[in-house]
Amino acid sequence: MALIPELIVQGVQMFLVLALAPALVGFVRKVKSQLLRRQGPPIVQPYRDLIRLLRKDVVLAHNASWLFRAAPYLIFAATWVAAALVPTFAAGLMFSWSADLVAIIALLGSARFFLALAGLDVGTSFGGIGSSREVMFASLAEPALIVIVFTLAMIAGSTQLSTIASFMASSAVGLRVSLGLALISLVIVALAENARIPVDNPATHLELTMVHEAMVLEYSGRHLALVELASWLQLLVYVSLIGCIFFPWGLTAAGTSPGGYLAGLAAYVLKLVASGVLLATFEVTIAKMRVFRVPEFVGVALMLALLAMLLRFVSSSL
Amino acid sequence: MTIVASLWCVGAFLGLSIVAVACARLSAASAIVYAGCLIASTVGLSAGLEHLIAASAPPQTLQLPLGLPWLGANFRVDMLSAFFLLVVNLGGAAASLFALGYGQHEQAPHRVLPFFAAFLAGMNLVVLADDAFAFLLSWEFMSLASWALVMAHDREPENLQAGYIYLLMASFGTVALLLAFGLLAGPGGSYAFADLRSHPPSDQVAAAVLALALIGTGSKAGLVPLHVWLPLAHPAAPSHVSALMSGVMTKVAVYAFVRIVFSFLGPPESWWCVPVLVAGGSSAVLGVLYALNQGDLKKLLAYSTIDNIGIIFIGLGLALAFQANDLGQAAALAMTAALLHVFNHSLFKSLLFFGAGAVLGATGERDFERLGGLIHTMPVTAFLFLVASVAICALPPLNGFVSEWLTFQAVLISPQLPQWGLRFLVPAIGALLALAAALAAACFVKAFGFAFLGRARSEAAKQARETDAFSVAGMFCLAGLCAFAGILPGFIIDRIAPVTQLLLDSRLPVQADVPWLSIIPISQSRSSYNGLLVFVFILISSLGAIEAIHRLASRRVRRAPAWDCGFPDAAPSTQYSAGSFVQPLRRVYGTLIFLARETVRMPAPGDTAPASFRVDIQDLAWRFIYTPIVSSVNIVADRLNYLQYMTIRRYLALVFSALIFLLIVLASWP
Repeated sequence: MALIPELIVQGVQMFLVLALAPALVGFVRKVKSQLLRRQGPPIVQPYRDLIRLLRKDVVLAHNASWLFRAAPYLIFAATWVAAALVPTFAAGLMFSWSADLVAIIALLGSARFFLALAGLDVGTSFGGIGSSREVMFASLAEPALIVIVFTLAMIAGSTQLSTIASFMASSAVGLRVSLGLALISLVIVALAENARIPVDNPATHLELTMVHEAMVLEYSGRHLALVELASWLQLLVYVSLIGCIFFPWGLTAAGTSPGGYLAGLAAYVLKLVASGVLLATFEVTIAKMRVFRVPEFVGVALMLALLAMLLRFVSSSL
Repeated sequence: MTIVASLWCVGAFLGLSIVAVACARLSAASAIVYAGCLIASTVGLSAGLEHLIAASAPPQTLQLPLGLPWLGANFRVDMLSAFFLLVVNLGGAAASLFALGYGQHEQAPHRVLPFFAAFLAGMNLVVLADDAFAFLLSWEFMSLASWALVMAHDREPENLQAGYIYLLMASFGTVALLLAFGLLAGPGGSYAFADLRSHPPSDQVAAAVLALALIGTGSKAGLVPLHVWLPLAHPAAPSHVSALMSGVMTKVAVYAFVRIVFSFLGPPESWWCVPVLVAGGSSAVLGVLYALNQGDLKKLLAYSTIDNIGIIFIGLGLALAFQANDLGQAAALAMTAALLHVFNHSLFKSLLFFGAGAVLGATGERDFERLGGLIHTMPVTAFLFLVASVAICALPPLNGFVSEWLTFQAVLISPQLPQWGLRFLVPAIGALLALAAALAAACFVKAFGFAFLGRARSEAAKQARETDAFSVAGMFCLAGLCAFAGILPGFIIDRIAPVTQLLLDSRLPVQADVPWLSIIPISQSRSSYNGLLVFVFILISSLGAIEAIHRLASRRVRRAPAWDCGFPDAAPSTQYSAGSFVQPLRRVYGTLIFLARETVRMPAPGDTAPASFRVDIQDLAWRFIYTPIVSSVNIVADRLNYLQYMTIRRYLALVFSALIFLLIVLASWP
């Protein structure tokens, strides 16, 4: 029985995403700085930030409730479980069937639900504005994501990510317009959900249009470390999702030799590097939007996703 | 015998109702009646569950010498009735347990107690009835009992209006059902359900019955645009009754729809699903959008019921679509999703109304702008309300997610439908469902966040005390069931399987046999979900994170004033308000859907008058359907008013010409 090796591979995947998430963010920051002709912080800076935050005391507002203290753990756990279930270097891992793509999206939704509640807990104006805008963006981004899942599921005949990934890697998939539209839509959703530049600016702190930073404004110390790590993990989840669905090259099947796993790992790291460069380039070439332009931007994602789905109905080859 | 036990329970409810009239003035009256209802509901619940668990149990029938002399009163328990008996009595038991504590706050118990027991009896009778006469009589009995409960606090002008509109809509719905049964029975037909089952009507009649059933049951369930009474009436009743009305009575309406459409109409046509799907999809999205914009906790919950009823009807519509095309397995999946959502919604909506009742009892407030900070003063209620909020937002690992996941899986089978129209319609409905799910999350962030989090916005909220032990026990049972149904959904799905077997001749595979207690609706490679593992993973990773952090990191906690970017500790009124929370969403969806208008009145410089900001939101159904109806009725009434002030000669002339006219009609009648 190959239970133990499978369990080990699943465990490796779990800790790999945890280890790589800060590196991805550090890398994006580094590339962005270089593109702006700055030297930028080293790639390991996010790790240092985490350690620094862990060492500090937690400063809680007087009326912070138990929910405020529990939320970082719940947010982190939900995001981490989602990240562990998305194929990164190998598909069909031991527990990959326990939650399909819809469930993974819903797990990320749980994390956002608790984050929005945490923003409201202390009862400040900044927390409220952040939560309010977050739920507005999510109300458009989440349906777009579900419709993308519909499109993919109708093409691949499954909502299981591993099955979708192996189908996408096979020659049966071909070149389809609907997949292209779904990809654009997914990228827009990923930008919106991860508070990246045209929607929110991850680098600023005090700005009237901020969303994510406003919700976590009252967090400090280890709580802030967890919330930050969860948001980095979420970026990694989206990058891995795009990678395994649209660029499934190098994804190994479960149960291959250690060499196979290593090749898959190398391919995964390459994908991360490529997406990091693309994300940084995109972010330095575009300006941040006004907050009420964002619904139009994310609405485009929803429209594209619907169009992708309809095309799929017009012809099974599109 | 399930049927005998259930009818004894009904008898017990009716008896309790009489006891309540007799001893309403006693101080122990509410304890006696609610304890009695709790026992009777528990017996009814176990009777239903027993029938459902014995999966191959034959239907049981019983005839009582009541009602029409040549028909008698027929009662019958089959799998469908047993499932709804379970839902009704589970809600009834939880409400009675909650009311053992909550009922003590009641100012006028003699106006609530008799009708509470009668209401439970009525709902049980509807589910048990096996002829049209008994069914309609029980249906009206249920409506009138709930109307009396809505009118329990009749001193408030809002409640008077709510009761009036409810009475009108309920009568309208009953008329539609009456016509539906009349058409089903035909000119010489019998009203016994056994005859209706064995003689499906012709196509045209079936279509008319479908339309009438959708109107009749939809008006009770709250489908858009027949929903207008629901957000007025449900919040007006005392909270444990609101829970029953929203959580259970709407499900009785779903039962009536399923009974008529799936048992009596014969094999469905492929277009039948279209009105059901459209009504379901629009109810889901409009319901949650209206819910978002409510400033009143109980109104928000009532509108959210419309959203969930929409989700249930989407499932039923999908089942019709698949059944019409002989996709038995897919139809079973859609029906299972709908029935599971019936069960789930009865759990978490009752729990949410109980929570709202506890808040109302502790603070006397339902307005979000006067609540806040209750998580500190009412921690247990806050926790249980949070569980229900997570469940209703369809977030894993709780139960709401499972039924929505199954509905999504059913939507994904739509490419197998041969009709082009349906292949376009069903994914569009799926997109509406996704939109409704995302908006529901926003809605309950608002509901929980502004009632329980933040700082108290009024003195009443600051002084709140935790609710009593009975109320907590009632809520705790429901929260436990939400968790159970979410983590081990396979058990519940297996209980629903005999119901789909009865209605559709097809069922989902046995889920208890699936390894690791996952649920697999169709096949492993297509989709699977394991609530238990997701729950265990979340538990392990959060406990692991807590353990690791507490080992590695600083464990110290300092308390300080809120940071808020350096602004000094401002008054609680500077917090974000519930109205401003939904403002961005209102701007995105509002102008289209509610004709929302924001008016800012800013006084001129130097003027000391206060500035004002008001938002006008309209329910489209009022604006485009009901207001025109009301005004045309008024116009016609004004015209007919003329008839009251005529001279005697004119009256005689009128009577004479009417007589002539009728004689001509009679003479020329073929």
